[in-house]
Amino acid sequence: MYLETLRLINFKNYQNIEFKFNEEINCLVGENGVGKTNVLDAIYYLSLAKSSFNTSDNQIIRHGESHFSILGKFQKDDKFFDVKCKSAPNNKKSISINDKEYERIRDHIGSFPVVLISPNDTDIIRGIGENRRKFVDGVIAQIDRDYLNNLLQYNHALKQRNSLLKHTENISQLDHDLIETFDQSLLNTGKQIHAFRRKFIDRFLPVLQRLYSDISDHKEIIEIHYRSDMEDADFEKLLKETLHKDILLNRTSTGIHRDDYLIKIDGYPMKKFASQGQQKSLIVSLKIAQFEIMREESGFKPILLMDDVFDKLDDHRIAKIMNLVAGHTFGQIFVTDARPERTLSIFESIDSGINIYQIHEGKTELLSS
Amino acid sequence: MEYPTILIENAVNEISKLPGIGKKSALRVVLKLLKEKPEFTDSLAEAVQKLRNETKYCRICHMINDTEDCTCITPRRDTSVICVVEDTPDIMAIQHTAQYNGLFHVIGGLISPIDGIGPDDLNIQSLIDRIQNAEYNVKEIILALSTNMEGDTTAFYLAKKLKPLNVKISTIARGIPIGGELEFADEITLGRSIVKRISYDLNGD
Repeated sequence: MYLETLRLINFKNYQNIEFKFNEEINCLVGENGVGKTNVLDAIYYLSLAKSSFNTSDNQIIRHGESHFSILGKFQKDDKFFDVKCKSAPNNKKSISINDKEYERIRDHIGSFPVVLISPNDTDIIRGIGENRRKFVDGVIAQIDRDYLNNLLQYNHALKQRNSLLKHTENISQLDHDLIETFDQSLLNTGKQIHAFRRKFIDRFLPVLQRLYSDISDHKEIIEIHYRSDMEDADFEKLLKETLHKDILLNRTSTGIHRDDYLIKIDGYPMKKFASQGQQKSLIVSLKIAQFEIMREESGFKPILLMDDVFDKLDDHRIAKIMNLVAGHTFGQIFVTDARPERTLSIFESIDSGINIYQIHEGKTELLSS
Repeated sequence: MEYPTILIENAVNEISKLPGIGKKSALRVVLKLLKEKPEFTDSLAEAVQKLRNETKYCRICHMINDTEDCTCITPRRDTSVICVVEDTPDIMAIQHTAQYNGLFHVIGGLISPIDGIGPDDLNIQSLIDRIQNAEYNVKEIILALSTNMEGDTTAFYLAKKLKPLNVKISTIARGIPIGGELEFADEITLGRSIVKRISYDLNGD
């Protein structure tokens, strides 16, 4: 699968721009702020119907314009697919494939999978548990539809339970049958989500360890410890025991919404003890592990979007990643770099097809191919 | 949109509050009202007012009615079964199937603390009273609520509440629509139908 052409209209800093891409490696180079990442974000949007920056569609529209569109032509199994995303402030966003609009946007998601490696991903290591849950949830949701469903149900029941707690001042006013009704939904869906996560980590960790070990030249060992209140033998009892506290806090203080994944490097918490280069190496490994699992599940290679990946990595580790590229581990790749000469020298030794695009003032020029 | 007069604007604003009617449709309605004879609007206004002021709800089943004593207790019906529904249109839908001859109970909503609706806002106590009233001799409660999350929550809560009352509690079956093609069935429904499959009955249903 690959993206053959991309056209952006009023998308972020681009008024109207068109790209014709290489099936293998595409590098976007240019100074800071010219919109290299925006091109990756547009491809991300085509795949997942949202920006990777958690921004609303209004913030994506070019300043002073009323709507934006992204048009992409994908090739998959020797067939072409025209995907078109359109959004305007007062209108619902719409996505169509070969001029046929999807009734539900989620039906599109997963058809043209991408994996994005971005500098913000260090939040997965350094940030709060929510960042790690989001990453894991995102990967599982792409390989199992049932998971997302369970997660939505769990979150809904949680919201209802919290709202009930908020309207309860003390335990004597509480309708116990009602709180137990929500406890039951949290328990049923929570159990399944927990099982999914445990199974996923068991499958994901060996892949991650192999990749990290390769990139770091077997210097460091990575572990992930999945922590969950569900590990507790009797979660139902736990929910009952924390009820008093929950009423005071106005929220549910136990459950899989508080799960965390403790990442360790050589036995120490990564969050506190890893260098920037080690963190970057882990991010790259996490994302390539995600890539490998998605490929195993779907049978084809997701598009890999690498935003400023080489920054902070030593030459040794860059060379290791390039070995993966040279070994044709990946399908189509998009790379951004503010330093064209670095990209050129890195990709020089590789025999894959490569296009280099210089971006300047909302326009692009194909430097070499 | 700019309206020619403040009267039209007010009317459009009121009418567009109705379900399924946007500003444009509301304007069409308003212009139509202006074209008609005065009697037309008078009788419409009267009908709406009367609807609001004179509609009654049955004291027992809470169904919309002309009087407070509806025909819910009649010898023609099986009074030992009560079907619990969210609202009156659900009763009309079930009646229309001609497959049910029991009584109904309108609970008037679904539990959703987010929307500020708790069990006390629903007609749950009156359902319990009905079951406890020996005169009615209630043997089975059928829960016929929407299959969304609030419906499931409400059904679970009701089942929990009614369990000590020693009545049979059942819920309507869910699965593949009859006459539907399998490949077009909703994924979640189809998945559940497989998990909750039933033994094949050679004698038909």
